[in-house]
Amino acid sequence: MNRFVYLTDVVTLELDVTKCTGCRMCLVVCPHAVFGIENKRAVILNKDLCMECGACAKNCPEGAINVKSGVGCAAGIINGLLRGTEPTCDCGEGSSSCC
Amino acid sequence: MTSYIHGEIETPVGPLPRIATKWTHLDRWGALKTRWSVGRMKYRVRPGIYAVGNPDRDSRVFVTGNFKLSFDHLRRNLEGLNCWILVIDTKGINVWCAAGKGSFGTKEVVRRIRIHHLAQLVDQRKLILPQLSAPGVSAHEVRKMTGFTVVYGPVLARDIRAFLDAGLKASDEMRQVNFPLFERLKLIPVDIFYGKQYMLIVPLVFLALSGLNPQGYSFDLALNSGWKPVVNLFSGYLAGCALTPALLPWIPFRRFSIKGVVTGWFVAVPLLLAGTLGISLMEKVSWFLMMGGLSSFMAMNFTGSTTFTSLSGVQKEMKTALPAQIAMASLGLAGWIITRFIFI
Ligand code: SF4
Ligand code: SF4
Repeated sequence: MNRFVYLTDVVTLELDVTKCTGCRMCLVVCPHAVFGIENKRAVILNKDLCMECGACAKNCPEGAINVKSGVGCAAGIINGLLRGTEPTCDCGEGSSSCC
Repeated sequence: MTSYIHGEIETPVGPLPRIATKWTHLDRWGALKTRWSVGRMKYRVRPGIYAVGNPDRDSRVFVTGNFKLSFDHLRRNLEGLNCWILVIDTKGINVWCAAGKGSFGTKEVVRRIRIHHLAQLVDQRKLILPQLSAPGVSAHEVRKMTGFTVVYGPVLARDIRAFLDAGLKASDEMRQVNFPLFERLKLIPVDIFYGKQYMLIVPLVFLALSGLNPQGYSFDLALNSGWKPVVNLFSGYLAGCALTPALLPWIPFRRFSIKGVVTGWFVAVPLLLAGTLGISLMEKVSWFLMMGGLSSFMAMNFTGSTTFTSLSGVQKEMKTALPAQIAMASLGLAGWIITRFIFI
């Protein structure tokens, strides 16, 4: 499949396989097919495709996944710098990146 | 009364509005306006439960945010079904952004289930949420707090029928977010309006500056040649916020800021040949710097609209790109102003 890859080796995604029960929830919620299952446990297949949305960590019942999630958005980071906060996007009211 | 509400339905929790699944011209007009970022602030649906068709105690429950376009896409794809829609309050923001900010989150879902008495309305205990809400919602926590099991549906509402037919299973393709040309083109209008507060003032300043010359100031000169910098500026701007998104996969380099320089210079070449970049070498170089810097900045901004850039990646890119863009733009501007005063 035609996939966009952004910068490599920067993503903060981590998986603690020892906690994983193989429930597959991370595979369900990830929009970029980052995870797979091997030997009934989750594995990270395509780390560089991760956009740090945080869906997997939020939905892993065992707390096996860690990722510093946030908006991968330059305007948001500038906002954060100006206000001295974490990056926050003002994409706000109805920007159309999804439905 | 809102155009999409067609009467009411009696339920154990009181009368609930029944909605239409077909879009009217009003809905289409609203969608178009939203796309062009006109009046986006007011495009909301009142949170609560809505009926589609003739739902009963066993009917499925779909959950969505109260940005009207999200709601419209959902209801349009539920035609002919009998089901419920639970609209939660995402402050009028689309599902994905709201999930990222946390307003489409576990707390709000749980709160809405409670205040609208969903447990009294239906006997079944499944909720279908858009997959893109997953960054904000923790399925196992919702179950712990309410007894409802969250099932994540497909990314796109148009796949809902196939998802239902497959027994609440989204295929791998339905779960993944792609970023095809058409999607990218739809985002360009919003991007173009990013700089709307400067769109009048900056060109006017350049127009005014064009009147400067070694002899002093000439209004004639400003009026006769002032259009050139305006053309250059808009070309650089559009190279970054329209051309770059459209051609994204075909422009070399991964960093958006470098892609932006490429497109900025790409459009500068025909302008160079047409003569709008000026006559002296210094003037031309100045315009390459300004157009490259501007286009680079706008292209980098597009990271906010993409579906694959990570926060860590964008932070890393910006660390070098932002100073470089500022340097390019200010050097270019300084160079161009100097060429106003030396004879060319
Ligand atoms: S969601 Fe957590 S427990 Fe389930 S498969 Fe993924 S890592 Fe393992
Ligand atoms: S953070 Fe998002 S993109 Fe990255 S692995 Fe988790 S679900 Fe996938």
